[in-house]
Amino acid sequence: MKRILVSIKRVVDYNVRVRVKPDGSGVITDGVKMSINPFDEIALEEALRIKEKGLAEEVVVATIGPADCQQQLRTALAMGADRALHVLTDAAIEPPVAAKLLRKLVDKEQPILAILGKQAIDDDCSQTGQMLAALWGRPQATFASKVEINGDKASVTREVDAGLETLEVDLPAVITTDLRLNEPRYVKLPDIMKAKKKPLETLEAASLGVPLQSALQLLKFEAPAARSRGVMVKDAQELVDALKKKGLL
Amino acid sequence: MSKILIVAEHDGAKLNPATAKCVSCAKAIADAEIVVAVFAADGAAVAAQAAAVSGVTRVLQVDHPANAHALAATLAPQVAQLAPGYSHVFGPSTTFGKDLMPRVAALLDTPQLSDVMAAESATRFRRPMYAGNAIVTVEVAAGTQLVATVRTASFEAAPAAAAAAPIEAVAVTAELPTHTRFVSVSGARSDRPDLQTAARVVSGGRALGSADNFKILYDLADTLGAAVGASRAAVDAGYAPNDLQVGQTGKIIAPELYLAFGISGAIQHLTGIKDARTIVAVNKDSEAPIFEIADIGLVGDLFQIVPEIARLVSSGK
Repeated sequence: MKRILVSIKRVVDYNVRVRVKPDGSGVITDGVKMSINPFDEIALEEALRIKEKGLAEEVVVATIGPADCQQQLRTALAMGADRALHVLTDAAIEPPVAAKLLRKLVDKEQPILAILGKQAIDDDCSQTGQMLAALWGRPQATFASKVEINGDKASVTREVDAGLETLEVDLPAVITTDLRLNEPRYVKLPDIMKAKKKPLETLEAASLGVPLQSALQLLKFEAPAARSRGVMVKDAQELVDALKKKGLL
Repeated sequence: MSKILIVAEHDGAKLNPATAKCVSCAKAIADAEIVVAVFAADGAAVAAQAAAVSGVTRVLQVDHPANAHALAATLAPQVAQLAPGYSHVFGPSTTFGKDLMPRVAALLDTPQLSDVMAAESATRFRRPMYAGNAIVTVEVAAGTQLVATVRTASFEAAPAAAAAAPIEAVAVTAELPTHTRFVSVSGARSDRPDLQTAARVVSGGRALGSADNFKILYDLADTLGAAVGASRAAVDAGYAPNDLQVGQTGKIIAPELYLAFGISGAIQHLTGIKDARTIVAVNKDSEAPIFEIADIGLVGDLFQIVPEIARLVSSGK
């Protein structure tokens, strides 16, 4: 079966103003809204569109994390994923470990595409997709803003510093999504009801044969140095004068 | 002692300034031996530029026809071929480095630190998380080989060296895949300064209202010798191309002067500019969050103010 694997991550919602805990041990997540990482939502949307064009038959969504992540998997099922895989763990998972776990899911599911968000907006690492592609020995097309499937190949346009780059990759391949790839659909109430009946399989992370321990120790979280409010000027002339005074013009 | 391999970024002819910034990050680690690797079809010119960066002890020139375009799938096995014996492997936190370095880390089975903003020692680094709302100090166990991308806005480019470092040719022995092929790149090549390295940046937001209206920013940028940037909202709306986007998911920049017109100042945008020396904000809305961090703020209509600034600057007033 032509299958697409999409991995999603539960993160602090995009609109939450994240604050560092006073003791520097992390950021405040108690009572904070959690959502699917926005880039991963775009990944899922792209997978659904490929399926809707008849170029894939099944969309499987996966996540790695504690029991609470089921909420995000249910949302993904409501968006249209056919079934979900939950790699259950309470451990803090770093990208190399996530990539190794996803590699196991790739073995299990044999997808033609794995689509991931280009980065998670919590740790901002931007590593997992590339690492999965390396472990799988398959192509990667990162930061995608356009994906076209042509038989056993894909043409992917990527957002790079120089502009837009187009690659051709053989399938199977890993794609990571940039913001302008698509606009994810809204979930409708009947879909939420339907999603409750869709299959959700739980796999104990420890049973997959991947060591879960962290290689990096996060010693201390600090708020960034604050920039203070400056002066207000009343017109363009005052603005230009102020810049001249600072030696900037 | 640390031995640091830096993967050079270049366009086939010129070394990207991001590489000299990686060298500065590596120099912050005591007693580091710094080796720059240039992967190209013909890397002689770029290798010579890398050899002239102060702090570089040696340059490895890896020429191969497959390196005509920087494809992560092709480059990663070559970097992995060179990596044994190095304590650290660095690349810039540009789209080039962000694409390549995790693939290298996975091949080497090492952890990666993304967006390193400070090296406190060979094993202790600082990096941003949560769109820069948290700065985290990270420790890696001594003896662990580490891959990292260097946040270029956090480092000055290393200066030119008094004497050039030796250049050594290295043959590719790694097997290179053919499953990934370069097709094309389309970028607005302009005569304006590069956004990531420009001393002055003129940037616009959704309030510009159209791609045509963005022209007034290009005119001001040309008057100031500045690069042009844009907020995500402006890029999403199609007013500016994607390579101008500044922010968490676009470019992180540190110009001397950043002029923001019609940008409200979402946290994701501010994270891309907070290393700017001076931030100027012009916005119709006096409550716009960008005024909280601007050094100089002006409430008003950008369509009047932008041309007026251009006129005042060009007339020397």
